[in-house]
Amino acid sequence: MTLTLHVNGRDHVITSDPDTPLAYVLRDELKLKGTKLGCGLEQCGACAVLVDGQAVLSCVSSAASFAGRDINTIEAVGETDIGRRVQAAFVAQSAAQCGYCTAGLVIAATSLLGRHPLPDDTAITEALTPHICRCGSHPRVLRAVKQAAET
Amino acid sequence: MSLDAHPLIADWIGTRDGRLLIRTGKVDIGQRISTALLQIAHEELTVPYELIDIAAVRTGESPDEGITSGSNSVEQSGNAVRRASATLRGLLIADAAERYGGEKSDWIVEGGALHLPGTNHRLLVTEMIKDTHLACPIDPEASIAQGHGGTLPAPPMRGLTAMTAGNYTFVHDLDLPGMLHARVIRPPHAKARLKSIEESAIQRAEAKGLRLIQDGSFLALIGPKEWPVVEGALKLSAACDWDIGDGIPEIDVFGHLTTAKAVGRFLVVDGTPQQGPVPDLPSGHNFKARYERPYQMHGALAPSAALAQWDGEKLCVHTHSQGIYPLRESMADSLGLDKNQVEITHVPGSGCYGHNGADDAALEAALIALAMPAVPILLKWTREEEHCWEPYAPAMVVELAATMERGRITAFSAEAFSDTHRGRPRPGPNRAGPSKQLANRFRLEPIAPNSAQPNMGRHAGMHRNLDPIYDFANKRLVKNLVTGLPHRTSAMRTLGAAANIFAIESFMDEMARIDGSDPFAIRRAHLSDPRAVAVLDALERQVAELPGLPATDGRGIAYAQYKNQMTRVGICVDVSANDRAEIRLNHCVIVADAGRVIDADGLVAQLEGGFLQAASWSLYEKVVWNRDGIQSRDWDSYPVIRFDNIPAIKVIVLDRPDERSVGAGEASPGPTIAAIANAIFDATGIRMRRMPFRPDDILRQAVSE
Ligand code: FES
Ligand code: FES
Repeated sequence: MTLTLHVNGRDHVITSDPDTPLAYVLRDELKLKGTKLGCGLEQCGACAVLVDGQAVLSCVSSAASFAGRDINTIEAVGETDIGRRVQAAFVAQSAAQCGYCTAGLVIAATSLLGRHPLPDDTAITEALTPHICRCGSHPRVLRAVKQAAET
Repeated sequence: MSLDAHPLIADWIGTRDGRLLIRTGKVDIGQRISTALLQIAHEELTVPYELIDIAAVRTGESPDEGITSGSNSVEQSGNAVRRASATLRGLLIADAAERYGGEKSDWIVEGGALHLPGTNHRLLVTEMIKDTHLACPIDPEASIAQGHGGTLPAPPMRGLTAMTAGNYTFVHDLDLPGMLHARVIRPPHAKARLKSIEESAIQRAEAKGLRLIQDGSFLALIGPKEWPVVEGALKLSAACDWDIGDGIPEIDVFGHLTTAKAVGRFLVVDGTPQQGPVPDLPSGHNFKARYERPYQMHGALAPSAALAQWDGEKLCVHTHSQGIYPLRESMADSLGLDKNQVEITHVPGSGCYGHNGADDAALEAALIALAMPAVPILLKWTREEEHCWEPYAPAMVVELAATMERGRITAFSAEAFSDTHRGRPRPGPNRAGPSKQLANRFRLEPIAPNSAQPNMGRHAGMHRNLDPIYDFANKRLVKNLVTGLPHRTSAMRTLGAAANIFAIESFMDEMARIDGSDPFAIRRAHLSDPRAVAVLDALERQVAELPGLPATDGRGIAYAQYKNQMTRVGICVDVSANDRAEIRLNHCVIVADAGRVIDADGLVAQLEGGFLQAASWSLYEKVVWNRDGIQSRDWDSYPVIRFDNIPAIKVIVLDRPDERSVGAGEASPGPTIAAIANAIFDATGIRMRRMPFRPDDILRQAVSE
């Protein structure tokens, strides 16, 4: 049985072993390199993608487990109004240094604002705490998420 | 060194496709040097940002600026580009005046063009440069634009939009036709060597289209798709039999540092180690304390990676190394190639904060590429490899002794003890470069690590900021280079300054408390530098505006000037401690003076980033190991700061338009650690003199007091 994944609005027939973690299929087979790998252990948040609108880590769970789900990666985040607002707010607040954590954080923020249009500080902290940023961009990321919520 | 070695305008500036091209040897490592260079070129030549490119940093093409480190990028590359642009502006104006008349002083440079008021003469800078002889020397005295040159606000950080859209290319994202993925199969620890691998396991890997590359105990697996290589490497790893020797020594590192005989012991005068005898510690000091920092890791978010391709004549390597020229020499030597056969291009990795696994991954990718001619090899380390195999910041001890009389420090001694902070593969005697690259230790013909040479530069290495910035009489400063310790170590953000400033600024707080004086007042009383006093005054004004402190909270301040000659930083931190001794960071104020401000937002980002990394060192980070190897193998066993402990941070930058611009990437960490320790004392009455300050560390200290 072949595996089909619905990624960024299109169906893709997957030739990789269906047990491959989703992030590797996205990056290696579909050439969607925007999703990052930082740990492969569900500890750092770099690999977050949107699955049915929710931020989900993609570095451990098999591609097969995402069959039939609506997957959106960082490359497609700008297709939605919320995603565009989040991206614009990250740029406006210079919410990155090296940028390696950025894709995961943009995904997390987009997912959060989809659920809570006006999240309070606790909700924001909770949504972002699975994500590590080693450069210390946190204050800017927090500002960006608030700005995206308010615009 | 930048301008001396590369004295021509053409070394730094050119044109390509009608656009201005800036060359630099400094690489972007999250400190935004390319954004600052864009702005500098714009300020001098007024060319709009969208018409300026920053050239790829590549050996043979870019100026050799050594290593991107020490917060020197703006000072070195920035200064070179500024002088080159200013010289060029002068040449263009002279040329325009000669061709079209008018006094040189009448010509205006604006919006990327030269213009003579009252005429129709308007000459595009990018067009004129094409006809200008750029192989002429830079005039170091060329007058520079005094703020009125550039008309645009600071440019947005380069690459930012792409980062948020997922199309900013990191070295991990390179993907070439025919490329193979690679993973290294590591021994359990640094002392282990390969005995054998089960032949059947190799055959099973080969049946899956994977291939093992071996050079002694250096093992790597390659294949066309990444995940099967990751899985295959895990399986093969289980099929390896290693001679583990005696394992990693489980010694008390802090004890060893101060009891073992130092291989280098030097008196440090004015920030510089001196040859010759070291005077004994005079007796009679009325205060003594010892401050300690454990091994800590850079812990880059992205594990190291590199791409290499060997075509039989030339080796092309893409790496996130901070020093492409030194790396080229070390790799050529390691591989028996001429250095002109090695071309190294910088491609961004994640933030590195010093010497991480980048250079090691580059050599490893090359070892594999040499075995696979014509095939591009993309090697990535795993999270566990980065945690276990990067060169750590060395553990360090600082012993202070002082005498205070009526609020004045009248005698002061500081002795620093650590292993080397210099693990980069720089060229030097005894194959210094190759001896520092990890894979060389495991090859069939290994190149053993050679012993560390003490760094004798001013404020270099361990003794960076060992010399207090204060006017203390009778200073005795000593550095002790100690070897024979369990782990490979190298440069991490601020080098010795983190531990030294932690010690000195905790000490100032202890002195203020003994004296019953105010922490601002005791510092000011020992400072004669007006810019330092201005930073403290501004900090005190800001602190007055912070919300009042509940009884369970504490406030700490610290001050330092990086290398005693760069950015001045004062920091205040408010913390609260609960009854489990968990520390929450509530507020932070940073006041900095970095001279003339170029990229103001970049400066603030660097100060914030330095604060948060040092807050993470202070509250969470410590490398743990035992006989079987490193036990800090991931983000659970080596936790770091996360979004749930980020204080409100306010940064004030005092602009000094007439002063030299200095980097700030390493200015805030030192005072951060001390400010947090001082705030913890204020909140709990417990003096933390050993990092990190985790709940169990604080409780243990409370019991021992
Ligand atoms: S890569 Fe998935 S959480 Fe780190
Ligand atoms: S910006 Fe570098 S890890 Fe977040």
